[in-house]
Amino acid sequence: MNALKNNLFKRQDLINYGLLAILLVLILPLTLDIFRLNLVGKYLSYAFVAVGLVLCWGYGGILSLGQGVFFGIGGYAMAMFLKLEASSPEATAIQSTPGIPDFMDWNQLTALPWFWEPFHSLGFTTLAILFVAPLFAFIVAVAMFKRRVGGVYFAIITQAIAAILTILIIGQQGYTGGVNGITDLRTLMGWDIRTDSAKYILYFFCVAMLFACLLLAHLVLKSKLGRLLVAIRDREDRVRFSGYDVSSFKIFVFCFAAMLSAIGGAMFTLQVGFMSPTLVGIVPSIEMVIFCALGGRLSIIGAVYGALLVNAAKTTMSEAFPELWLFAMGALFIGVVLAFPNGLAGLYQTLLQKVKERRAAAAAQKTPATPAIAPRNATSDPEPAQGIGVPSQS
Amino acid sequence: MEQKDFVLAVEGLSVSFDGFKAVNDLSFYVDEGEIRVIIGPNGAGKTTVLDLICGRTKATDGSIKFRNKELTRMKEHQIVHAGVGRKFQNPSIYEDLTVFENLELSFPRGHSVFGALTFRRDKQVIDKVTEVAEMIFLADLLHQRADLLSHGQKQWLEIGMLLIQDPALLMLDEPVAGMSVAERKKTAELLNRITRDRSVLVIEHDMQFVEDIAHRVTVLHQGRLLSEGSLERVKNDPKVVEVYLGH
Repeated sequence: MNALKNNLFKRQDLINYGLLAILLVLILPLTLDIFRLNLVGKYLSYAFVAVGLVLCWGYGGILSLGQGVFFGIGGYAMAMFLKLEASSPEATAIQSTPGIPDFMDWNQLTALPWFWEPFHSLGFTTLAILFVAPLFAFIVAVAMFKRRVGGVYFAIITQAIAAILTILIIGQQGYTGGVNGITDLRTLMGWDIRTDSAKYILYFFCVAMLFACLLLAHLVLKSKLGRLLVAIRDREDRVRFSGYDVSSFKIFVFCFAAMLSAIGGAMFTLQVGFMSPTLVGIVPSIEMVIFCALGGRLSIIGAVYGALLVNAAKTTMSEAFPELWLFAMGALFIGVVLAFPNGLAGLYQTLLQKVKERRAAAAAQKTPATPAIAPRNATSDPEPAQGIGVPSQS
Repeated sequence: MEQKDFVLAVEGLSVSFDGFKAVNDLSFYVDEGEIRVIIGPNGAGKTTVLDLICGRTKATDGSIKFRNKELTRMKEHQIVHAGVGRKFQNPSIYEDLTVFENLELSFPRGHSVFGALTFRRDKQVIDKVTEVAEMIFLADLLHQRADLLSHGQKQWLEIGMLLIQDPALLMLDEPVAGMSVAERKKTAELLNRITRDRSVLVIEHDMQFVEDIAHRVTVLHQGRLLSEGSLERVKNDPKVVEVYLGH
């Protein structure tokens, strides 16, 4: 009967979260200087997107190649607030119109556009970070999933949206800062975010937010909805005939992933100090899928490691051989998909399984009276099947 | 033609795919508690009829009334909630989930997004799943991943998923196809037990099996109704003989 209980946290889960916490909270801050730690913070902001992709793509089978859009929405919302704070009339006294962001002044705008006004308020900005991206995702998802557009078609459409948004941001220079993005962000409610101490605090804030998001994602996956996502990925039709409205679940998980991405975007802006269209478009959106694939698309913790490792490799490689990096990244992606489709997390799981089996076998040898029991327990352990399942490609 | 003791009333049903009429002006009625078998040569439109009833395919014309509810305008999941369950020809289960999880997902509770998030695996669910698992001979395999089951066990699992839904009308598409003799016998037993208090619509080729379970038989040919009645009557219908022997 005990096996039927749906424990929210298995012992192994706790160990995995604990290891990640030790790495992020202790090891990295103690061994890296603040410049490198700030870079790690930047990588972690991508991890939010990767975690969202695990739910949406790994579990739900919905491949989105446009997560940069939601990352950008969150990032821009944060940047708009910080930019307005940096553009007080005193700070911008030399402009022809003081009190508006510098790039607006350069583009001959003489008043703050209406949609910038509410970003004077931190409360509104927080709400915008949390809910604008899911709202936008909701509109896209309703339009697509209610019409049963899925698979490759959905991926292409999300990619098109990423391209459109980039073009829009670059084209509307006066309102968005154009190709340069929104730069020169200084303070948050009067607190200078460029100092080393602020960078430390923001790093830990980012880690805390990441763990909050991981917890939320974990709860979603452990609920019946998590198992439904696997079912939808494998046999969408059957789920309908089990009495579920499949599209509503797809809409939910897509919006949830969008919200995680937007939080990541806001974390990026806070730690890196700018937001630009290069983080919104097709290339970063695809990179985010690679983080998720490398880490293991069925593991939210794996996605965090994926984001960290790929970005660390990217920084190291591009410092040493700038031209080679893109090829290395491409090779990495192809290699991962071919060699271990469940990514690093998949390798880790196989390893754990082996250790477990060896232990069970050893235990069986010690008690020869009941030789069959221990190994059998090891193989019929009710590990949630979705954790190790190889998704069928739709 | 409105008679309230029909559980299912199909009238003037037609569907065409790019001009090809897979089902053509078909009408038939299923009584409450009846086991109806649909037979017919390949391409007669048998599976399409089930697809139309469960909403997988939209009808071009005609009406399908289930307990006086019009099904042709409803979505698949609404039809399920109305009380129609469907088993597919190939075992259609969730391979990456365990037997328990497969059955649990079919439990008629928590079908909305919020409901699924807050769904709790309480005693009622566990008891029901265990009970059905015993019925479908899978009680020892509750934590087995479904893709490791044999073909016959997969078929049983899908029947079990339907049982948990507890539909008033059960539609089975070739439930014993591809089964071994022993499995076939067990399945017939299982079907006999579960069809007692519901209406059933079955597609089947195995004539011995049809003879065992059918109350009445409907013969389709090229999307049209060819003959209907008891198996004895249908077997001796010259039109049916011609179609089957002519092939």
